[in-house]
Amino acid sequence: MFGKGILKGLSVTWKRFWDTYLEDISWMLRGKKRYYTEEGIKHRSSADTKGIFTIQYPEEQLILPEEARYLPFLVYNVDAEGKKEVLCTSCGICAKVCPPQCIWIVRSNDPVTGRPVPEPTEFYIDGDICMNCGFCAEYCPFDAIKMDHDFAIASYGRNVLNMEKLLKPSSYYEGIRPQNFAREEEARKAKEAAKAAKAEAAASAAPTA
Amino acid sequence: MAAPLTLTVNLVARFPNSVSADARPGYSGFIVTKESLTEVATAIRDEFGYDLLTAVIAVDYINENKMEVVYHAYKTTGGPGLVFKVQVERVDPIEVPSLVEIWAGADFQEREAWDLHGIKFIGHPDLRRILMWEGFDGHPLRKDWKEAFYEEDTKPFKSRWPDGQFYMAESKNPFKDNINFPKDFDPDTLIVDKEEDLYSSLERHSTKDDDGLKTDHIVVNMGPHHPSTHGVLRVALTLDGETIVGLKPVMGYLHRNHDKIGERNTYLQIIPYTDRLDYFNSMSNNFGYAITVEKLMKIAVAERAEYIRVIMAELTRIQNHLVFAGTLLNDLGAMYTPSIYAFEERELILDIFEEVSGARMMCNYFRFGGVVRDIPDHVMQKIKDLVFERLPAKTDEMERFLNENEILVARLKGVHVLSAEDAVRYSVTGPVLRAAGVPYDIRRADPYSVYDRFDFDVAVRYNCDMLDNYLIRFDEIRQSIRILEQAIKQIPQGPINSQKPAYQVRVPAGEAYGRVESPKGELGFYIISNGKPNPWRYHVRPASFVNMTALEKMCLGTKIADFIALLGMLDIVMGELDR
Repeated sequence: MFGKGILKGLSVTWKRFWDTYLEDISWMLRGKKRYYTEEGIKHRSSADTKGIFTIQYPEEQLILPEEARYLPFLVYNVDAEGKKEVLCTSCGICAKVCPPQCIWIVRSNDPVTGRPVPEPTEFYIDGDICMNCGFCAEYCPFDAIKMDHDFAIASYGRNVLNMEKLLKPSSYYEGIRPQNFAREEEARKAKEAAKAAKAEAAASAAPTA
Repeated sequence: MAAPLTLTVNLVARFPNSVSADARPGYSGFIVTKESLTEVATAIRDEFGYDLLTAVIAVDYINENKMEVVYHAYKTTGGPGLVFKVQVERVDPIEVPSLVEIWAGADFQEREAWDLHGIKFIGHPDLRRILMWEGFDGHPLRKDWKEAFYEEDTKPFKSRWPDGQFYMAESKNPFKDNINFPKDFDPDTLIVDKEEDLYSSLERHSTKDDDGLKTDHIVVNMGPHHPSTHGVLRVALTLDGETIVGLKPVMGYLHRNHDKIGERNTYLQIIPYTDRLDYFNSMSNNFGYAITVEKLMKIAVAERAEYIRVIMAELTRIQNHLVFAGTLLNDLGAMYTPSIYAFEERELILDIFEEVSGARMMCNYFRFGGVVRDIPDHVMQKIKDLVFERLPAKTDEMERFLNENEILVARLKGVHVLSAEDAVRYSVTGPVLRAAGVPYDIRRADPYSVYDRFDFDVAVRYNCDMLDNYLIRFDEIRQSIRILEQAIKQIPQGPINSQKPAYQVRVPAGEAYGRVESPKGELGFYIISNGKPNPWRYHVRPASFVNMTALEKMCLGTKIADFIALLGMLDIVMGELDR
């Protein structure tokens, strides 16, 4: 029969049209909200979603996975006295690995000893050149630079990020990437413990030798 | 890993006077003298049976004062390729005989070599610039050519560390200061009229009216931008009534000289740039580049990573073909509903990419020897849900939705795209070649990674028309799902990278050509290393670009109304085409 194919196709659109309403009703009967809730958004981006798919941005926002990457930021710890401890040692690996070469670091020397100061004097990232590849965070040996989740940074001018804009506390990092943070903390503690054990062993071995 | 190439064919014995084996360490193939190139190439095609010329690549050896053109020929029946090269002195005019008569697919690639390297191909019917604009001064891929805002030959730049006082490149190099004008040049009096060449190349195909009526052909310019927003492409057409009698694509609007950027980068830095070639399929692009560098480095890939790579590449293929169906229907006038349906599944696949790699489209997921990070358990579960349940059902639904639709069938059925013979002659690869009845799929013909462990069929159809070109995409989705099912079942536990993470890799000197079956066709990478941290030559052989060579052949004699659909069949992406 001519037109059978079209009818078959229309049955698909017809079904999908009703799917949305049937989903809505079933959520309502279960006393749950399909829109504007985290559960609803999660369900709409899962493999068994049916019906309407849209996320009503900006009222609703997709939940970013932990690995999501946008612009980089620098991590600092706050010590017991409330002093900032920047993890970056200005070793320059991020500046060397950066594909579009958008990282600029000024390393300065100690006026007394003449040796390089571990903390960077200046640190710039040209956010408009950054291609969000994540290499800087991946290859940083000190876990000092990490990729941010904040993607809404439209502005009228160039986004040149300096130290002031780049530095964020490690609690912020823990907030956006809890699993990565926990893994790195564990590794660091294990390393410190190993170091301490080694030092202890060396200390106890010294007198006999 | 691939066996040593080419020496299975004894070309030297056949042409003792004009062919010699390439003896440079790390290189393979044959060096052919310029004078006998056409003769040898004809023999390679007709006597040795290498019917598919996939890549024509120019290399600038400035230190040896030589230019080289590297040809890669393959058999459509499968097996390793044959590499032959021709070397000429690096003194302008650099002339090499054209191979367009033997392999029509050399057309655009020779134009590219002329444009970017300045090699004149003698006998080429239409040797104009292709990616740069007419009137551009110089040939940018030559090693002595420097771009605006040039800083250093290779990255990392010294100004970034340890004394990286930030400045903006444009403030150091303001407009007009970085341009060289010829003497006596006044930009105000310049009238640009470089279109003559384009239109005269169209003229070649005009037909004569024999019925005595005085009729004119009409030249129609579609784009830049229209055709049909696959990207910024312009096509100049000559029409006889409604019939297309001449056609020339004009491209390069998105050109950024990816090859030159690659030669400035270190090996690792190129990976995120390959994402931006065919931005629908960044995983496939990563794949092609990674296996090429691994070939050069002679390293094995971690077992688990091989499977992860295959899973990602096949998921990419599924979403690409779904989007193909959606956008093709857009091109045909069924606006939005099919493409939105297709985009649903694509979104779910991109969610997976985002969870493993951190980005939806610019994945940057592959590293030499493996991948960046493992697939977390909850993501693996999601992949399983998709592969075993949702995707097969949704592919069925998509087929029910469209494939029997009488209007669509009437529109597509019987509109000839390419015959098998023409497709091979024009170096067309991918689904378009397979829909013409040539079962050529690199995953089978020249297996890479772990594809030889999976049981799947090469999708092939024989009618050469648009309907077959459309349906073969669905066949391929089904085969991809088959591969995914096996890969998910077989994936072993273990490390995801065979190498230690390193931001600088050591790549021994030599050359390598790696290719993968990307959703759009053969995606090849050609890399020459001289042992330094940056490649000496980095070339992408994009499927979209080479497939475009056949566009003219496909469209001549058809009606203008079919043009957009025919273009849609090639499934081009401008990021890869113009690169």
